[in-house]
Amino acid sequence: MRQKLLIVLAIVACFAFGATMAHAEKLTLGLKGEPTSLDPHFHNVSANNMQSLYVFDKLVRQDNRQKLEPGLALSWKPVSDKVWEFKLREGVKFHDGSPFTAEDVKFTIERIPNVPNSPSSFTGFVSNIQKIDIVDPTTIRFTTEAPAPLLPRQMAAFPIISKKNAEGAATEDFNSGKACIGTGPYMLVKWDRGDKITYKRNDNYWGEKMPWEKIIVRPITNDGTRVAALKSGDVDMINFVPPADVDGLADNKKLTLSESPSTRLIYLHLDTDRDDSPTVSGNNGEKIKNPLKDFRVRKAISKAINRRAIAGRIMDGLAVPASQMVPDGYEGTSTRLKPEAYDPKGAKALLAAAGYPEGFKLVIHGPNDRYVNDADIAQAIAQMLTKIGIKTEVNTMPKSVYFGRASKLEFSFMLVGWATDTGEQSNCIGALLHTYDKEKGFGSSNRGRYSNPDLDATLEKALVTVDPAKHNELIIKATEMGIGDLGIVPIHYQVNVWGSKKGLAYNGRTDGYTLPRDIKVTK
Amino acid sequence: MLAFLIRRISQSIVVLLVMSVLVFGGVFCIGNPVDILIAPDATPAERDRAIKELGLDKPLPEQYMRFLKDAVQGDLGNSFVYNEPALKLIMQRMPATMELAVTAMLMAVFFGIPLGMIAGIKSDTLLGRSIMRFSILGFSLPTFWVGLMFIIIFSVYLGWLPSGGRGETVELLGVPVSFLSWDGIRHLILPAMNLALFKTSLAIRLSRAGVQENIQMDYVKFARAKGLTNTRIIGLHVMKNIMIPVVTVLGMEFGGLIAFAVVTETIFSWPGMGKLVIDSIGVLDRPVIVAYLLITVTMFIIINLIVDIIYSILDPRVRLGDQN
Repeated sequence: MRQKLLIVLAIVACFAFGATMAHAEKLTLGLKGEPTSLDPHFHNVSANNMQSLYVFDKLVRQDNRQKLEPGLALSWKPVSDKVWEFKLREGVKFHDGSPFTAEDVKFTIERIPNVPNSPSSFTGFVSNIQKIDIVDPTTIRFTTEAPAPLLPRQMAAFPIISKKNAEGAATEDFNSGKACIGTGPYMLVKWDRGDKITYKRNDNYWGEKMPWEKIIVRPITNDGTRVAALKSGDVDMINFVPPADVDGLADNKKLTLSESPSTRLIYLHLDTDRDDSPTVSGNNGEKIKNPLKDFRVRKAISKAINRRAIAGRIMDGLAVPASQMVPDGYEGTSTRLKPEAYDPKGAKALLAAAGYPEGFKLVIHGPNDRYVNDADIAQAIAQMLTKIGIKTEVNTMPKSVYFGRASKLEFSFMLVGWATDTGEQSNCIGALLHTYDKEKGFGSSNRGRYSNPDLDATLEKALVTVDPAKHNELIIKATEMGIGDLGIVPIHYQVNVWGSKKGLAYNGRTDGYTLPRDIKVTK
Repeated sequence: MLAFLIRRISQSIVVLLVMSVLVFGGVFCIGNPVDILIAPDATPAERDRAIKELGLDKPLPEQYMRFLKDAVQGDLGNSFVYNEPALKLIMQRMPATMELAVTAMLMAVFFGIPLGMIAGIKSDTLLGRSIMRFSILGFSLPTFWVGLMFIIIFSVYLGWLPSGGRGETVELLGVPVSFLSWDGIRHLILPAMNLALFKTSLAIRLSRAGVQENIQMDYVKFARAKGLTNTRIIGLHVMKNIMIPVVTVLGMEFGGLIAFAVVTETIFSWPGMGKLVIDSIGVLDRPVIVAYLLITVTMFIIINLIVDIIYSILDPRVRLGDQN
C-alpha cells in the first residue's frame, strides 16, 4: 500500500516537474519582420539589428529606454578631446569557447566598412575613428579625427564578432551559421528562411541567465495571422499588435498585453524652400507663391491639427502627441517644448494675418503601407486643415513608390516617420533639420529643405563637444530652434504593443525590439 | 513532332526575351530601391557607394544588357537585400510551394472529380444540388477571407490545427518536405485546403458537365443494353471520357497554382516563393522580382508544352506537326 502511494506520488511529481520544465524549455516568438541576413554588419535595419542581439553583444548596451549601460565594455571615458578609452569585460567567451579580447573589437571595426554589397551599412558609426590602439587585451583606445561626444552611442550601434571565426567570412557564412558565433545569450542553431530561426541557450553567458533553453523565432508578416497565431497558442508572444486588435486581445483571459511608447515620430515635412512648390495652389488652382514658407502659415497648420483626436480615434489610443523629435525623458530633449494645442480659431486668425483669409489648396502626400494607420492619419489631417480653410487633398501610395518621389522633392507637404536608432536627438536634427549639404552629409532626409544657419552652427558645435552637459545643452538649443521654426511639424510618437500568453510579461522597449532579456516569467 | 518542338522552343525564347524587357522596364518604373534599402540617415557619400555597388548608377539599357549577358549564363543576378543569387533564393523556397501546390491539386482531384460525378449522376437530388452550391461558394469566396476563416475556426476556436508556418520538415533526397512527419502534415492541411478550394470547385463543375454529357451518349446506352453494371459503366467508361478535359484544364491550372499561391502563403506564413516575391516587391528587390517572373513564365511555357504533348497522345486527332 505504502509502496503504491510512493509510486503514485513519484509519478505525480514527475508530471508536475515535467510541466514546469516544458514551460521553461521552449519559447516561440511570432515577429513581424524577418532579417534579411544574419551577418550583423550587412544591413542596417531594425529587424536585422534586433535579431543580431540574440547571438551577439555590443560594447555598449541600450536599456529599454535606450539609456546606455555596460555591455562587453565595462566602462568608457574620454582620455583627451580626441581619444576615448574603453575597458572591456574580462572572462567573456565566444560560443565556440575562444576568449573575447580587444583584438575582436578592432577586427569588427575594421570589417564594417568592407562588407561587400551592403545595401545599408554601419560605416557611419565608425567612420570618424582614425586609429585603434590595443593597450592590453582588456583596454582599447579610439582616436577620432574630431572630438566625438557620441562615440559611446556609436559603439552601441553594432555588435562585436569573433576574429577567429569571421576572418575572411562572407555574409553567406553568417547566414549558414558557420561564422555566426558571438558572445550573446543564445547560439544560432539553424535559419530556415521564411519559416523560423532556431536558437539554443548559451550556458556560459556572462550576463543574466535566460529561462528558455530553446527559442524559436517565426517571421509572421501578416498582422491577422500573427494575432491568430498568438490566440491559437502556436506562438507564446508576438510584437506589433495592430491597434485594431488591442481591445479584443485585452479581453482575452489567456493573454496579456504590454505596451511602450516608441521613438518612431510621425511628422509633417513642409516645403519651406521653393517659391514655386509643386502641390500648392490658389483656391482656383492658379499658381501662387508658396505659402508654406511663411512661418504664420506653418503655425496655423500646426494649431489646426488635433493631435489628441488622432491619437485617440485613429490610433486607438496607441500614440502620444509629440512635441519634438524623440519622446520626453530622453537625453537631449527640451522640457520647454510642449505638443501644440488644438486651436482652430487661432489657426484661422494666423492664416488671415499671413494674407490667406480664404486659405489655399494643398495636397498631402503620404505612404499607405509604412507606418501604423498612415493613410488614415493623412485623411484626418486633411480634414482638419480643410476646416480652417486650407482645402487639402490626400494622395497616398505604397512606400516603394512614395519615398523615391519624396526624395526627388516632388511633394510640398508630406507625412513621414522617423525613428532614432542611436537613442538621442542629434541624428534626427542632422538628417531632418540641418541644411541639406551633400558634402558634409547633413540633411539627407530634409525633404522640406528647411535651412537655418544658426541651427547648423549649433548642431555642428554640439557634435564636437565632448562634455555631456554642454553637448546636451547645445542639442536642446538646436531642437528648440528647428521645432520653434516648424522646420518639421511633429504629430505623435507611435506606441508599440506586445501580446503574450499568460505567465509572460514584456518590459516594452522604445526601440520596438523584442529581446529575450526583457521577457519576464511571471509565475 | 520534332519540328513542333523546335518551333515551340524558338517561340518560347522570343516570349522570354519580350517578357524580360517588359518585367525589367516595369520594375524599373515602380521606384528606386535605393530610397527603401538605404538607411534614411546615411550620408550622401554612403548612399553613392551603395548605389554604385548595387549597379544602380548605370542607365537602364546598360543594366538590362548586363542582366541579359549574365542570364544567358544562368545567373539572374544577386538579390539586393540578401546578397545571394536570386535564382538560389527562389529555388530554396520552391520545394515548399511545390509541396503546397501538389497537395492542393491532389485534394482537388480526389474530392472534386468524385463529387462532380455524383453531382452529375444525381443532379436533381438534394445531395447533387448541395455539391453544386458548395462549388459556387468555392468559386466566389475570396481566398484570403476563406484562409482567415479557416484560421479562426480550426486554429483559434477549435485548436485542432496550427495557424501557420511549415512545421517540422524531413529531408527527402536532400529536399526538406513536410508531408513525412505528423507535425508537417498538420501544418500543411489548412493552407492546402485553402488553395484547393477553387480548384476543387473547378473539378466538380468539369466532371459534372462531363458526366451529364456522356451519360446521354450511345456508348453508355449500349453498355447498359449489354448488361454492364452501373458502377462499371460510370467508374470505367464514363470516367475515361470525362478525364480528358479535366486533365487538360487542371494541368494548366497547376501552373497558376504554383505561381500564384501568394495569397495563401502570406496568410499562413508559408515559406514559399510567393511570400518571397511579395516581400521582395515590398522592398523593390529588383533581381528577385525579375527572376521570379521569368521562372514563372518558363514554367508556364513548359507546362503548356507538356499538356499539348499529352493531349496529342490522349486524342490522336489532335496533331502537333505542321498542318500546312
